[in-house]
Amino acid sequence: MEKIKNIFNWEPDRSLYPEKDENGNLIVDLSSQKFTKVWHGPNHPGTTGNMAIELTLSGDEVVEAKTHVGYLHRGFEKLMERRLYIQCFPTCVRMCVAEPDYNEYLLARSVEELDNLEIPETAKWLRTLVLEMARLQTLLRTVPGQAGTLSLGMGVQWGVYLRDLVLDLFEELTGGRVYHMYIIPGGVRGLLPDGFKKRMEDVLLKIEDFIVRIDNLIFKNILFKKRTIGIGHIPAEWIDKYGVVGPNARAAGFKRDVRKDYPYLVYDQLDFDIATLTDSDVYARSLIRRQDLITTIDLIRQIMAKMPNDGDIKSPTPNVLHWKIPKGEVYVRSESSRGEYGFYTVSDGSEYPRRINLRGPSYTHAVVLLEKLLINANIADVHSIMVSLQTCPPEIER
Amino acid sequence: MALKDILTPFTAWTNVFKPVVTIKDPFNDRPGAERYRGFHFNDTSKCIGCGSCEAICENEAIDLVPVEGIETKDGDSGLRPRVDYGRCCWCALCVDVCTTASLRLTNEYTWVTENPEDLRYTPGVDVKPWDNNELGWKKPEPNYHFFGQKRVSMPELHPEQRDKSFIEIVKGYSKEQAILEADRCVECGICIATCPAHMGIPDYIRAIREDNIEEGFKILYDTNPLPEICGRICTHKCETVCSVGNLGEALSIRWLKRYIADQVESEDYKRILQSDGIANNGKKVAVVGSGPAGLSAAHYLALMGYSVTIYEQFSQSGGMMRYGIPEYRLPYDQIDKDVNYILSLGVKIIYNTNVGKDISLSELKSKYDAVFAGTGLHLGRSTRIPGTDHKHVYQSIDLLNKITEGKEIHVAENIVVIGGGNVAMDITRSLARLQNIKYGKVSIIATSLEDENSMPADREEVVEAREEMATINPGWGPKEILIEDGNIKGLRVVKCLSIFDEEGRFNPKFDESNTNFFKADMIVESIGQGMDIEYISEDIKKDLEINNRGRIVVDELFQSGAKWLFIGGDIIQGPDVIHGIANGHKAAVGIDKYLNTNI
Repeated sequence: MEKIKNIFNWEPDRSLYPEKDENGNLIVDLSSQKFTKVWHGPNHPGTTGNMAIELTLSGDEVVEAKTHVGYLHRGFEKLMERRLYIQCFPTCVRMCVAEPDYNEYLLARSVEELDNLEIPETAKWLRTLVLEMARLQTLLRTVPGQAGTLSLGMGVQWGVYLRDLVLDLFEELTGGRVYHMYIIPGGVRGLLPDGFKKRMEDVLLKIEDFIVRIDNLIFKNILFKKRTIGIGHIPAEWIDKYGVVGPNARAAGFKRDVRKDYPYLVYDQLDFDIATLTDSDVYARSLIRRQDLITTIDLIRQIMAKMPNDGDIKSPTPNVLHWKIPKGEVYVRSESSRGEYGFYTVSDGSEYPRRINLRGPSYTHAVVLLEKLLINANIADVHSIMVSLQTCPPEIER
Repeated sequence: MALKDILTPFTAWTNVFKPVVTIKDPFNDRPGAERYRGFHFNDTSKCIGCGSCEAICENEAIDLVPVEGIETKDGDSGLRPRVDYGRCCWCALCVDVCTTASLRLTNEYTWVTENPEDLRYTPGVDVKPWDNNELGWKKPEPNYHFFGQKRVSMPELHPEQRDKSFIEIVKGYSKEQAILEADRCVECGICIATCPAHMGIPDYIRAIREDNIEEGFKILYDTNPLPEICGRICTHKCETVCSVGNLGEALSIRWLKRYIADQVESEDYKRILQSDGIANNGKKVAVVGSGPAGLSAAHYLALMGYSVTIYEQFSQSGGMMRYGIPEYRLPYDQIDKDVNYILSLGVKIIYNTNVGKDISLSELKSKYDAVFAGTGLHLGRSTRIPGTDHKHVYQSIDLLNKITEGKEIHVAENIVVIGGGNVAMDITRSLARLQNIKYGKVSIIATSLEDENSMPADREEVVEAREEMATINPGWGPKEILIEDGNIKGLRVVKCLSIFDEEGRFNPKFDESNTNFFKADMIVESIGQGMDIEYISEDIKKDLEINNRGRIVVDELFQSGAKWLFIGGDIIQGPDVIHGIANGHKAAVGIDKYLNTNI
């Protein structure tokens, strides 16, 4: 029996390698031929987009990690400097494929803040709804996706199916499935279609059933626990140091959420709590996202119950073909499923933005944090840790 | 780690007993949602080719292209959008901005073609399987607009403030109002083609938006040397074709033009227009008549270095603009502002000189290198119904002349005006004011053959006339002026059923059983004006070509059969200030060409 137990708890002896100097620092000498260079990506099924991690391995242990980006660069921030504000609206959505709506919202909010424009009440509720729906469809992929990185693909398939049902609702409301292009400077582009609330409720019920199923499949799974508990631990002191936000910070005990800390749209009229944990490992971050999924379902139900059914959807704006935004600069933020997501917009008073800079969580998470987090990790856990940070390479390169 | 963590994941096997959720054949089983942004369709009969879709497309996926079977005409560029699906991102901004709501996206989203060229097509012209799909993205409702739909209303004098005076009614836009109105322009340029003078309308509207009045002023003078006048009384054909007017209210282009002209002081004209120090080329041109055509020709000739002398029969310049249009619409100081600038270029006006009586056209021919005649339509037309020879039956144009000159005119207590055009409204409203001054009340009826909806007068003229207590009673044909004991008693009219016959000729039909009687002591006829070309002597006339409608034939640069004589304005194109200005400009080019090449 003791023998069997030892098989489960076996750990390799890591006292000899990698070599350390008298101060405990690693000695990484590639010419010694004791190290292996491995490129994790850019085209790797475990990555969530074209991004590479250059790993230096000692045996199966990562001793150095370097994130390489540049495979997805389409220059959206620069492209927007050559476009009218209204033309930025279909352009900016591509900065994050998984959650395009936050880009739409932040562009619209930047324009509205700079031009001192109020939007109709109905539009505020619809914007909140769409942002929560965006969170919902992302989490439906991300929560089971964590198990997917460990080759448990069944939950991913369930999630992708349910995400498609949410995309059907997006299609009804916005006319698009992936790039919704719904939140426009001044308001939104349509009221809820007839019967939408009923269909939304049907989907939410299915998602609640799905949560029970993935609890059984993933969160109560010994293999998942073994591969995630204690793995990818982010110390609490790194949170502020490396600009960690969203579920990654909440899993380390930091109760931070833009929706609560700097309420926007109608979040101050909604009743919800922010979940936190303290373990700060891959498992804790997965659990936080699972909790976010439940919170989002609850928020959507509240929005559906409280929102006005009609009213103006867009405030009158200047002619969009030559809308000059007053000179100034503004930082607007929202809470995406990955954490604080903000646009820093500078206007020189012309029809074109002088600069739009995206502050995306993936930049700090996947470039700054990930390089530190992977040190001493096992190569088999590399993409599990990366996915647990919910990195979105398109958002790093914009 | 508990045993249940080993066993619980196996509950996933229960899914084996659940129905499958995938669709077997997604191509047939699943139509796009009602709002889906699929492939484009354009209702080409509604589309006017304004190009707003092309302007807003961030990927330059839309090009406006000529289409077989669609001709360029007023209010329609004749072009239609072609979409390149190599670039399109289906954002549907083109649909939302469409000025006619002709463009939409259907809910069709699958299309397989072998030829990549097919993916660049003209929606609505190139037939596609989804053309009849009713579902798909349309312009959202309600109150969803990309530019202002309502005009910025023009501040005006209240009827009670204006009904006893000839003070200008329209006050003009403030800077804020003008910029707000200018903001609505989509810069399609459809107005440019329709404006007889082809003014750079979107360009000067942009100058207003950018608060660059001097730039706007220069653009005005490129094609129109009478902006103060045109900014008040132009027939604004541009506004009737304005693409914004298709779903909302057309831009107030005329008032915007006036706004620019109003902002510039007379003493700044030469500096802004850089018209000092024009070298004289030693050639002389005579202009007959100082109306819009004559002034326009004189202006552009002077800029080319010609010595220009205008011969004017009245004591003041402006022609019909001063002697036909009442001061409450066009104040005389504004005419002077425009004319004085033209005079400052070296143009001379010889007043009180009637060509044909005081000096002959042949004499002008011998003294000048070329002559431009813009003599206008100054002869009133009569209905010739019984009673029109009575001394209290007047021609509107004669009365308007006298009002301008400050002469005393007969104003009766009850007046009937025959006519439904702008001149009829001018005399009606002028006489209403005079009645108000003289009797303290208004009793004037304007009647016309045309019914309310087809009256040729501008709608605002009719509305304002009614505000000033004049009665407009259209749709009647005058039959007889009733005279008893030498005094006019009134006008007998019958209901007019139609004006033109099937071939479009003037041939009014009446319902003789439906009669009416308008009580009056004085009748004014205002049914149009005719031209007087008596000043053209027979030896010159023999060189001219006169068409079957009695009009002189000129070429596109307004050169007549007599090569030295250029004719333009109302006598060629009918009564319209902006046509006169355009004619004068073209004639100036023609005269320059004639004098330099002798063709």
